[in-house]
Amino acid sequence: MTYRLGVDVGGTFTDLLLIDDDTGTTFRAKTPSTPDDPSQGVLAGLEKVTADLDIGPDDLGHVMHGTTVATNAVLEGKGATVGLLVTRGYRQVLHIARSFVPGGLAGWIIWNKPAPLAALEHTVEVDGRIDARGTEITPLDEASVRDALGRLEQRRVEALTISFVNSFADPGHERRAADISRELLGDIPISLSSEILPEIREYERTLTTVANAYVQPRVSHYIGNLSKELTNRGVTAELHILRSDGGLMSTDAATSAPVNMLLSGPAGGVAGALWIARQAGYDNLLTLDMGGTSTDVALVEDGRPRIGRETEVGVLRVRASSIDVRTVGAGGGSVAHVPELTGALRVGPESAGADPGPAAYGRGGEQPTVTDANVVLGYLPPSLLGGEMALDVDAATTAVTTIADAMVVDVKRAAAGIVDIVNENMFGALRLVSVQQGYDPRDFALVAFGGAGPLHANALGRLMGSWPVIIPPSPGVLCAYGDATTRLRNEAARTFIRRFSETSDDQVAGILRELEAEASHAVAADGDRADDDGTTTRFQVDVRYHGQGFELPVEVDLDGLALEQVGAEFDTEHEQLFTFALDAEHEIVNLRAVVLSSESTVQAERIDGGGDDPSAAATGTTSVYVDDRDVDATLYDRAALQAGNRIAGPAIVTEMDSTTLILPGHTGEVDQFGNILIRPDDGAGADHVGAPTMEA
Amino acid sequence: MAQIIETNPGGFDRVDVDVVTIDIIENALRNARYEMDAVLFRTAMSPGIREQHDEFPIIADREGRMVVGQFGSFIGGFLDTYEGTVEDGDVFLMSDPYSCDAAISHANDWLVLIPVYLEGSLVGWGAMFGHMTDVGGKVPGSLPTDATSIFEEGVVIPPLKLYRQGELAEEALELILRQVRMKEWNRSDLNAIVAACRMAGRRIVELCERFGPETYLSTLDALLERNRKAMAQLISETISTEKLTFTDYICDDGRGFGPYKIHCTMWREGERVILDFDGTDPQAEGSINFYLNENMFRMFFGIYMIMVFDPQILWNDGFYPLIDVRIPQGTLLKPRYPAALSCRTHGLGRIFDILGGLLGQRQPEFLNAAGFSSSPHLMYSGYDKRGEWFQLYQIGIGGIPGRPFGDGPDGHSLWPSFTNVPNEFLEAYFPLRIEHYETVPDSGGPGLHRGGNGIEMVYRFLEPGEVSIHDDRWLTYPWGVNGGLPGGRSTKILERVDGTRQVLPSKCDHVQVAEGDALHYITWGGGGWGDPLERDPALVAAEVDRGLVTVEGARRYGVVLTDDPAGQQAPTVDEMATAELRAQMADDRGDTEIFNFGGSIDGLRDRCEDETGLSAPEPPVFARSAEQ
Repeated sequence: MTYRLGVDVGGTFTDLLLIDDDTGTTFRAKTPSTPDDPSQGVLAGLEKVTADLDIGPDDLGHVMHGTTVATNAVLEGKGATVGLLVTRGYRQVLHIARSFVPGGLAGWIIWNKPAPLAALEHTVEVDGRIDARGTEITPLDEASVRDALGRLEQRRVEALTISFVNSFADPGHERRAADISRELLGDIPISLSSEILPEIREYERTLTTVANAYVQPRVSHYIGNLSKELTNRGVTAELHILRSDGGLMSTDAATSAPVNMLLSGPAGGVAGALWIARQAGYDNLLTLDMGGTSTDVALVEDGRPRIGRETEVGVLRVRASSIDVRTVGAGGGSVAHVPELTGALRVGPESAGADPGPAAYGRGGEQPTVTDANVVLGYLPPSLLGGEMALDVDAATTAVTTIADAMVVDVKRAAAGIVDIVNENMFGALRLVSVQQGYDPRDFALVAFGGAGPLHANALGRLMGSWPVIIPPSPGVLCAYGDATTRLRNEAARTFIRRFSETSDDQVAGILRELEAEASHAVAADGDRADDDGTTTRFQVDVRYHGQGFELPVEVDLDGLALEQVGAEFDTEHEQLFTFALDAEHEIVNLRAVVLSSESTVQAERIDGGGDDPSAAATGTTSVYVDDRDVDATLYDRAALQAGNRIAGPAIVTEMDSTTLILPGHTGEVDQFGNILIRPDDGAGADHVGAPTMEA
Repeated sequence: MAQIIETNPGGFDRVDVDVVTIDIIENALRNARYEMDAVLFRTAMSPGIREQHDEFPIIADREGRMVVGQFGSFIGGFLDTYEGTVEDGDVFLMSDPYSCDAAISHANDWLVLIPVYLEGSLVGWGAMFGHMTDVGGKVPGSLPTDATSIFEEGVVIPPLKLYRQGELAEEALELILRQVRMKEWNRSDLNAIVAACRMAGRRIVELCERFGPETYLSTLDALLERNRKAMAQLISETISTEKLTFTDYICDDGRGFGPYKIHCTMWREGERVILDFDGTDPQAEGSINFYLNENMFRMFFGIYMIMVFDPQILWNDGFYPLIDVRIPQGTLLKPRYPAALSCRTHGLGRIFDILGGLLGQRQPEFLNAAGFSSSPHLMYSGYDKRGEWFQLYQIGIGGIPGRPFGDGPDGHSLWPSFTNVPNEFLEAYFPLRIEHYETVPDSGGPGLHRGGNGIEMVYRFLEPGEVSIHDDRWLTYPWGVNGGLPGGRSTKILERVDGTRQVLPSKCDHVQVAEGDALHYITWGGGGWGDPLERDPALVAAEVDRGLVTVEGARRYGVVLTDDPAGQQAPTVDEMATAELRAQMADDRGDTEIFNFGGSIDGLRDRCEDETGLSAPEPPVFARSAEQ
């Protein structure tokens, strides 16, 4: 018997999910997170879950881990002191950045520039120059490299980045400088821009490489510790880390290119949502992960998350593949306010955080938050939060009253306004990943999770026309599901700027084959997973019209690859996204191979079946304020629901870590995996997604 | 007066809209406006638009009043002057400032307007203009310094139906494109602008369908009214009935004359503000005239006013009736047809320094130093070895001024959404190398809050070609405020392949460069804010370590450093010597004034040749212009 273990370290709790490979039976453990050394929480959880089940460490076949250790290093500004070697004349590449000031006209009046990730005092120039085609103009001056390193040694830098102009075209100078660095500085971690991001645009390439160096010491320390402790405890399975793009990578890959795991956390959520929704028969999805301070949304088409070429964490935006997750500062803790000058109602992006948190938490918070509005509206029943935390209704009402007074409306109307606005903010983010990319949201189901997602999901389904709204079981630990069920992924890319007329089908296919070999080497070296019966490779050509500055990836098949066909597909995509295609020459920018190990075959666990009638799970009624009036809603205990139950709204379904709201005029149906599928009663959108193909 | 054709002219009743719906529509419009940008950047071809974002989108109501955007509505001017019909499916294109009331201010800006219809009724407008790299005429880039009329400045397009009820006017488009040097860029950029406007149209229609056109249009009224109210309150709190004046200059016209004076007086009467440009110099004979649309200036004024109070507010035209802008005919800011207009960027930029100077005199919270108030251009063009034409148009970037809020960032843009061009990108597409791209130490004006440094960019040309330069603030200084010192001025040095160096004028065309020549393009810094003698000495030392201030430059803050000649160690502050120097400097200096212009115009002229290597411009001689 083998098990796979998914581990997700969150801000408050560490979730572990153990899946029996044969039966799909799951076991959960939740332990408090240990921010100072997150591996302690993981190990405590591991001990708990293995003891509960009475299994040995060698019963674990796979250990898969999504972690925010890299993310937090960036958000908390606690990365390494990075030294940066640059080409002479480019010392201020990070300081000048792209010269962009946010905030529109006059935005400069109130904007302060964040400090560069590699300080200017730790940035040193060296001589040597390569041109845009890779030709050496001036040889690398090794004496200048030694000088520069001497200065950095004095400054006690903890990690080194080497990023020379045009190194995407020829990495020779960077590699030589790295050799000298190893000779002079010993085993300091070194990140080369030609390895981390061999793409044109010096600022983006340098920034991405510096970000890699910045998080590297902390990540390798953490992963090294965790691997060692796991081994000490007799775990024989290799540890794998979830990448921002939703694939898994080995610990070696993670420690050498941690910039690829900056969004490991949200990627786990999307992967988990995808896995559970596919079991239920849906693979066109919008995912909505709403937490306390922010909400992450993403789009999944045909079972594949949309992968973007950029990763954004706080104010840092780097060029690294990630699931195209958009984050808005809208969560349960988002604070509502009414500026005196305009009298407008604003919600967020300020958050009450975890401490003191919303007024309803009774920890001294006084600011009105989204959670407080939900309490006032009756959506969050005070006595039914798994009994873990009582909510202070009076404090919530007092806080929301400040908004009501400023708007001159009653308190419930104010609360409804706060919820509407926060929904609208999330709606905006969902549109960014759907409508703005040319997708019709009515073709997608909406999967909602995170602590607060299931409360707002029905309303968002209504705004988007996305049905059904799917609330998976245990929406609070979906990330761990994602960790446990995803597969190995690696990619290799090269910038190859050529107009179609300057290259050939064969040349492009040849390079793609080389890239495939490079990428699968890592997957093969990574992967001795028992269920690996072969890998699949996807090939992408980034194309634009000659003269454009941005490119679109086009998926290609190596058998019979024809650039003409690639151009036609690009035209179609361009028209879909931007309303027009051009009669201009096509140009290749990057070539990319993505190698994936075989898919996980783990099945979701089924729940007991029952009839239509959910009344056995009903626990009472409560009054809720919906569409400008008070109505009675039935309360249900999620654990008692059975497959086939149909829950008519208004209703509230409670479980340990989440609460689901079903609005009047909607019905939630419980499927065989315990998902609640919410649809409008009037049949709108019922068949838009198409009949789900239920898996046997 | 344009004639609006509606097949379903029922009109829409005004209805009450609750505050939440208003906020929702406000957010949706804000998103739609950013979608316009996204579509444009992704699909345009010229580096000016694609990489540097030289473009301005708006979404307007039925009457053409801007509801979202940033440069104010240019639709009213068009509707007032256009003699023709507006119909569903029409797309208007224009570039003639004189036939749209200066909705755009030179012929390089191509403006696209799309009326948006819902089932036969007009419900709004999407519009955007962008700067074309070339629109023909006598010099690559179409900004001839020596032009004395608009006839020399390339193709000028009066309001034209690019699409007439959905039908593309192909012949007219080809006629226009035949006049320009980089036809495919213009075609692609124009397509991209049209696509962005159509995106706005699509979003407007969706909002009308979701909320009903009555609610949508009533919401726009409410948004405009909300803005008017907020501005009325701000004006009454911050603008005095007492008259305040401010004067600033364009250094020269590139034809040997200057500086040209822009003068503005501001006061309040009741709830209205008057901004009167009486006292501004007459129009120039050359091409530095800036034909200023009054609404555009209202928008600039409003944005500066409200930025500090509720930056989340949506910018719109609602407050326009509160602001009275008076610009005398025949001046630099309202020249008479057919005056040359192409090189208007300096006037446009300087307007922002004037606004800052006016608002700041009574309100320290508004008082910023002078900043990077222009967008200097470089053109480089010619035929490469393969016989292909290349043409670069690039906007330079300098220092943000010192501000009450903090230091001015070095080498950053004052213009909304503007960015620099990646140098690797330039090297990949143009025959040149960028050998140096750093900010100039000490060029930011010293202050408690330092002004941002300007940038020195060194272009090594790899093909013979021709260069044009358009820059300013080489003679007058980016002024400092509240004790802050002025920032460094701009300069351009051409270093020939044989090593000889030549200072180029700030504005020039037809400069021949050879393979191997290098151009040092040095922009100006922002002025300093507050007393430099009060700046934390440790911060000054840290900035020396960062290469942003020199050891010598630190002395302008009264800071004495113990220097490590090898540069391996961080410099440290000599506390004793610093205290002594600061005391002595404070003594020598005496009281400081609010503004530090770096000397009088006459003084600047006297020292010009010594300090800049260029002879001083002659006082302007004003030519006759047409009577209207």
